[in-house]
Amino acid sequence: MSQVQSSNSVIDRREFVSALIAKCPESLIVTGLGSATYDVFAAGDRDKNFYLWGAMGGAAAMGLGLALAQPDKSVLVITGDGEQLMGIGSLATISAQKPANLTIVVLDNGHFGETGMQFSHSSLGTNMSAVAQACGITNSYQVKDMADLKRVEQNVNARQGVTFAQIMVKADDLPRALPSRDGVFVKNRFRAALGLAPF
Amino acid sequence: MSEVVTPTPAWQEQVFKVLKEGGIQQVSYVPDAGHAHVIRRVNEDPAMRAIVLTTEEEGVAVAGGAWLGGQRHALLMQSSGVGNCINMMSLLQSCRFPFLTLVTMRGEYAEFNPWQVPMSKATQASMELMGIKVYRAERADEVEDVVGAALDFAFEGGEPVAVLLSQRLIGRKKWLRH
Repeated sequence: MSQVQSSNSVIDRREFVSALIAKCPESLIVTGLGSATYDVFAAGDRDKNFYLWGAMGGAAAMGLGLALAQPDKSVLVITGDGEQLMGIGSLATISAQKPANLTIVVLDNGHFGETGMQFSHSSLGTNMSAVAQACGITNSYQVKDMADLKRVEQNVNARQGVTFAQIMVKADDLPRALPSRDGVFVKNRFRAALGLAPF
Repeated sequence: MSEVVTPTPAWQEQVFKVLKEGGIQQVSYVPDAGHAHVIRRVNEDPAMRAIVLTTEEEGVAVAGGAWLGGQRHALLMQSSGVGNCINMMSLLQSCRFPFLTLVTMRGEYAEFNPWQVPMSKATQASMELMGIKVYRAERADEVEDVVGAALDFAFEGGEPVAVLLSQRLIGRKKWLRH
């Protein structure tokens, strides 16, 4: 086993997500499969949430398509380290487009939580906010304290540039909170909330 | 430095016209020579967004996000890229997203590079296994009609649809530079 980064993370993921959404009530949210989907649902179901239960690696890219289509609204992707690692190239794709209204929040517990808490690359040497920075997302940073929630919240609401926020969360195994798995329902509900016809 | 200017085949401009008139506002791509003209035209059009991808599966997810936000999206790729998309295409079926992709074929006609052949042979079947309707344009004079039909089927019929643009249509790749 290679070196494992010691984790001193103190942030409770559900507390962070719930507080962030409360401060960004109008944002359009896309969640990455697994724990991030549960965290967002646990904060309260919303029509403007789109929950992924699969399509691993696609959350940030989906946020990109949505952000380009809705430039006057804040788009918030909330995902985990494992999900974002699978779509790591999408950070370069997003950087090339620079949608000012897109924020990517990665809840980084350093593990694949859904499959038995195996270490992810984030525990094994990869610094995801540095990767995002090197991809050209200049506003990329780590959040190690609940007090820094304010910075993320301001970035989401300001819509003045792509933001990548890596939230160092505790590696807890929390009870699941399960939103609808009916993708057609969730899609049409989301579109209706934007005044769009179903389909 | 002198440059050999090859005239753009008319069908490539027709593809752009169909996308433009069909209300496509986002076009994502991993480049291919057969898509070069459309990519250039999209880049020049202020009402359209050209999105270069690191891998084709990103484009499937971008398409879903675009539709969630009320825009039509098209994904341009070559046949080798189809294999990269397979699991991401579950998004299309799970959520019934309208989806349009144009796929330039390699590995099927006067191919020089054997590495292009395995994915080429599997391109159509693999998309069909993922529930995608696959059309094919073999001749220049049918491209406009087939791409238009695919676009309507995707965005009026709500289906995931692909158009394979044959390697014969695109022409032989020149392997030797003089």
